[in-house]
Amino acid sequence: MTPLLAVEQVTKTYDMGGAPVHALRGVDLALHAGEVLLLLGPSGSGKTTLLSIMGCILQATSGKVIVGGRDVARAAERDLPAVRLRHFGFVFQGFNLFPALTAAENVEVALGLKGVRGRAARTAALEALAAVDLADKASALPANLSGGQKQRVAIARALAGDPSIILADEPTAALDSTSGQLVMDLLRSLASRHERAVVIVTHDSRTIRYADRIVAIEDGRLASTTEAVA
Amino acid sequence: MASLARKNLFHDRVRFAVTLTGIVFSVVLATVQLGLFLGFTAATADVIDHSGADLWIVSTGATHLEGVTAFGEQQAFRAMATPGVARVEKRVVQFGQWKRPDGAQEGVLLVGFEPAGELGRPWNVVAGDVRALEQADTVFVDELYADKLGVTHLGQTAEIGGYRARVVGFTRGIRTFTTAPPVFTSFKNAQNYFGLREDQVLALLVSVTPGADVAAVQRALAALRDVDVHTTAEWSRRQQTYWMFGTGAGITVLIAAALGIIVGVVVVAQTIYAATVDHIREFGTLKAMGATNGFIYGVILQQALTSGALGYAAGMAIALAVATASQQGTTAILVPPWLALALFALTLGMCALASIVSINKVTRLDPAMVFKG
Ligand SMILES: Nc1ncnc2c1ncn2[C@@H]1O[C@H](COP(=O)(O)OP(=O)(O)OP(=O)(O)O)[C@@H](O)[C@H]1O
Ligand SMILES: [Mg+2]
Repeated sequence: MTPLLAVEQVTKTYDMGGAPVHALRGVDLALHAGEVLLLLGPSGSGKTTLLSIMGCILQATSGKVIVGGRDVARAAERDLPAVRLRHFGFVFQGFNLFPALTAAENVEVALGLKGVRGRAARTAALEALAAVDLADKASALPANLSGGQKQRVAIARALAGDPSIILADEPTAALDSTSGQLVMDLLRSLASRHERAVVIVTHDSRTIRYADRIVAIEDGRLASTTEAVA
Repeated sequence: MASLARKNLFHDRVRFAVTLTGIVFSVVLATVQLGLFLGFTAATADVIDHSGADLWIVSTGATHLEGVTAFGEQQAFRAMATPGVARVEKRVVQFGQWKRPDGAQEGVLLVGFEPAGELGRPWNVVAGDVRALEQADTVFVDELYADKLGVTHLGQTAEIGGYRARVVGFTRGIRTFTTAPPVFTSFKNAQNYFGLREDQVLALLVSVTPGADVAAVQRALAALRDVDVHTTAEWSRRQQTYWMFGTGAGITVLIAAALGIIVGVVVVAQTIYAATVDHIREFGTLKAMGATNGFIYGVILQQALTSGALGYAAGMAIALAVATASQQGTTAILVPPWLALALFALTLGMCALASIVSINKVTRLDPAMVFKG
């Protein structure tokens, strides 16, 4: 089966005022439809860097990033928005909702980028919110939502464009355990029901049971891979 | 895009109020300072611009109206004999000492003209008849400076250079750049006040016959010796240049205007920059969501230009109110349409520029910006 996404021998070296920081030192990883992949590792090990390179919001120093069969590692900056729009949905630790927009409007922004506007966007936004069990919060501003609710709106927003890959950086870190579980359940069901791949960066050991595969990263290298027993 | 920009702006009312305040302040400051500069500049040449003459004949090398030296009136007869010349009228303009009815002294700018003539007459006359100036020792003063001159009503008597000066009329809104108020009198009276000989003049005002070419007449008059011949526009510009760029007072006004612009530009740029950077994480999120740079520029520019336009509208309204109120005083603030338009363009330009500078932060998106908790 061809992977949805593959990174091959990816390195990333940041320039810290002249001193090179080797955040990634040759990472190989393939992502398949329907799987939930957990990326575990200590602080500073390169998790966010890897996630950003996979999501095409950061350019690798060397190596290949193959999305939809095409290597985009060296693609021109102006070609990348289309790649991100088509393939990726991001979920952030800090939610990153637009504070001035209601829950439904937040989702509509993502739809708008896909060219869906007006009534069609409103209908699709309400459906997406219903899918995360927040139909009744459609016209609430983020400030009036709980952390768990905000993250569910963010997931609805990430899904609105119907991407094949969801990239989530510490999605439960800012949540209490009940909300965290709800969010993980949601991400889990996205993968199994819709043939998406979900990558979750986490510190949270409680999330391990949701994973199909756990990849440990240490000092910019993949240290071990564990397949979950179904 | 439109609604995201608009809602971003109006969501945080306090932030928005701060942004608008910065822009309003800048627009008022720049408009008033530039308006003052234009007001002063116009005031220096008010009596030239309103003279109705086509050409001015003054002593050779004269740089400003108040600094001309006397020449003989035979030049007037020679000028009159030049083809294309319709009228030649004699003129005196000089600083003089005004002794108020209560005895206090004030400097004045005394303008002597020919009451029976057509050129260089006072305008905006609100009381009295210009022909009354044909009587000896009579003057017109401006209402704006009535207090300063200690004048409250017609018929009052002051002194100029030791001679009686009876107030027989008022004008309204004739200003000078210096602190010396304008006082109109007849050419003959002015000769007395300044102790000029009867055959001496300080300037000649010339009008050409209808249809005559002013430049051709000017060239013909150039044959006159020991005098310069300027068109009214040239002379006005020379006068303005002398006062605004050649004197300390003018330079002060010029510097104030320049500072007004600089401070205004800096405050607008800083305000818009801060307002944009405030939303930087949202723009980073948009980028991660697949928005093109063009889309993000659109949102940012729309936010900046909306703030700029609203701030400009409020600021210009205040500045125009101040300018209108200033018409009642001795210092006029002039806001011609071109100035209002230029400041509109400058405000929006600065808003666009400042927001684009902050956009650079987004287009080189640092993932840390969006992933931080
Ligand atoms: N923009 C940057 N400039 C320079 N160095 C960076 C930059 N971003 C990350 N780094 C460095 O790269 C290394 C990996 O950082 P990264 O953020 O990927 O780690 P992480 O595993 O996500 O850590 P955490 O669990 O704390 O989020 C760290 O040493 C970090 O300091
Ligand atoms: Mg991280």
